[in-house]
Amino acid sequence: MARVFSKRSFLPGLLLLVLILLATLPLYARGAYILVLLAAILMYIVLTVSWTIFSGPTGYISLAPAAFFGVGIYTAAILGKVLPLFAVVVAGGLISFILALLVGTITLRLRGVYFAIFTFGLVVLIKELLLFWEITITHTRGRFVVLVDNTTIYYVMLGIFVAVMLTAYFIRRSKYGLALQSIGEYEEAAAHIGINVTMVKVITFGISAIFMGAAGAIMATRWTYIDPYVAFNPLLSFLPVLMAIFGGMGQLYGPVIGAAIFAYTEELLLTKFPYYYMLTFGIILVVVILYLPNGLVGLIPKLWRRRAGGQRAST
Amino acid sequence: MRVLEGEKVTKYFGGLAAVSHVDFHVDQGEIFGLIGPNGAGKTTLFNLISGALILKSGVIRFQGEKITGLKPHQICRRGVARTFQSVKVFGNMPVLQNVLLGLMFGTPTAMSSAAATREATGLLEFVGLSAMSATPAKDLTLANQKRLEVARALATKPELLLLDELMAGLNPTEVAQAMELVTKIRDKGITILMIEHVMKAIMNVCDRIMVLHHGEKIAEGTPREIATNKTVVEIYLGE
Repeated sequence: MARVFSKRSFLPGLLLLVLILLATLPLYARGAYILVLLAAILMYIVLTVSWTIFSGPTGYISLAPAAFFGVGIYTAAILGKVLPLFAVVVAGGLISFILALLVGTITLRLRGVYFAIFTFGLVVLIKELLLFWEITITHTRGRFVVLVDNTTIYYVMLGIFVAVMLTAYFIRRSKYGLALQSIGEYEEAAAHIGINVTMVKVITFGISAIFMGAAGAIMATRWTYIDPYVAFNPLLSFLPVLMAIFGGMGQLYGPVIGAAIFAYTEELLLTKFPYYYMLTFGIILVVVILYLPNGLVGLIPKLWRRRAGGQRAST
Repeated sequence: MRVLEGEKVTKYFGGLAAVSHVDFHVDQGEIFGLIGPNGAGKTTLFNLISGALILKSGVIRFQGEKITGLKPHQICRRGVARTFQSVKVFGNMPVLQNVLLGLMFGTPTAMSSAAATREATGLLEFVGLSAMSATPAKDLTLANQKRLEVARALATKPELLLLDELMAGLNPTEVAQAMELVTKIRDKGITILMIEHVMKAIMNVCDRIMVLHHGEKIAEGTPREIATNKTVVEIYLGE
């Protein structure tokens, strides 16, 4: 039987269809809930995919997402009243980028658990510095953020989502993707075959921070009131790691699926079973990590093989 | 012409002199052997040349230019490639990609991906791994992983190749093949500096040999001179 769609055109076609659906959703969605929910899911995807850009291939476990996300939030709080929304989001990304370059230059010589602890320390450090600044110098405790309607938040988040996916895709395909992977395997060997390991690491770390900062800047507009505790929530440092492992880091769509299912399940459990939410969630995570070391997407080749085998048997 | 030159090269680990005031030079087109008991400072000297470690004092020149203080990737792009005592191939990547990385990053000029693939395939053929180009590097035997490291190093288009115990852990047949490979590389015009414990290999392929002991140079000369040198024999046989 002749195939109508070749496999080659099938995937981009499907992606385009999903994107068109997502882009036109506000036109026929009933009520704001679906947009708010989708914006939240997209935010988790953006954080997870941008985390994977750097930490996936190199194996440097960064716990800094909350720091960059928080920097984005404060950018929105401070610049939101003077700059248009688009400029605020870009500024959030840029400031996070610069911070990541600075932090990366200092810390990327640390390996393994030391790097993880330092990056987590960054979250705490910035939070404490801001608290100190707000209490002793500006005499405030929190800030109000200019409110933006849900549809705009949704569209900006969708834009960031598309940007992070394209970036992740092209880095993965480029020679720098290969270089990052070699750094993850044997950093020493990578340096001795001519890879400027420090530069590759610092720049990729910076690029991954752009999207976290931008996501923070747009999400801040939904919360209207922020303080350092809200902005630098340490949970947001751990969730991207969990979501990426949950989805599986072998493929680009792994973290996307992981974050989407994770975020939706969280929402579902939280609204339907608020008392058992954490318990159920914990059990799901443990089962996935125990039985699916390659994450949820590790299931796909397994099922595919089983199905393909079945078809062959029937012919 | 001297490709590589070291003057009073010194490196301390804490209070211990791992390499102490070593003078050496490697001539264009020769195979230069570096031997000595365990802990003599051979690998440390390699790490100093390739930039993995920074010298305490002294100077190392490559093609007349000082390379001390340069980063490993800069030294590689100038034309010094190396392999590792404990193999460091990128295990989860296919064999071909290991070599491609060397081509893409190790040379000063960029090349198209088609040309790079063609060249990588050629290099795999040269070291005898063409049949395994799609295999993940971790699935190769030790001997083949060592060949892959050589191919990856050659991909960076070196003038000087540093081989750190290429023959360690290989069986006699594999040692013979490795010796053949080393001479083939030299015949391409690449100068070789090699650390080796397999005496048969070092005596057969090297033009000159330097002996290190406790970080100091105790002898230098042709294989024949080294084999009859009294100090060297004493150290190796413990007389």
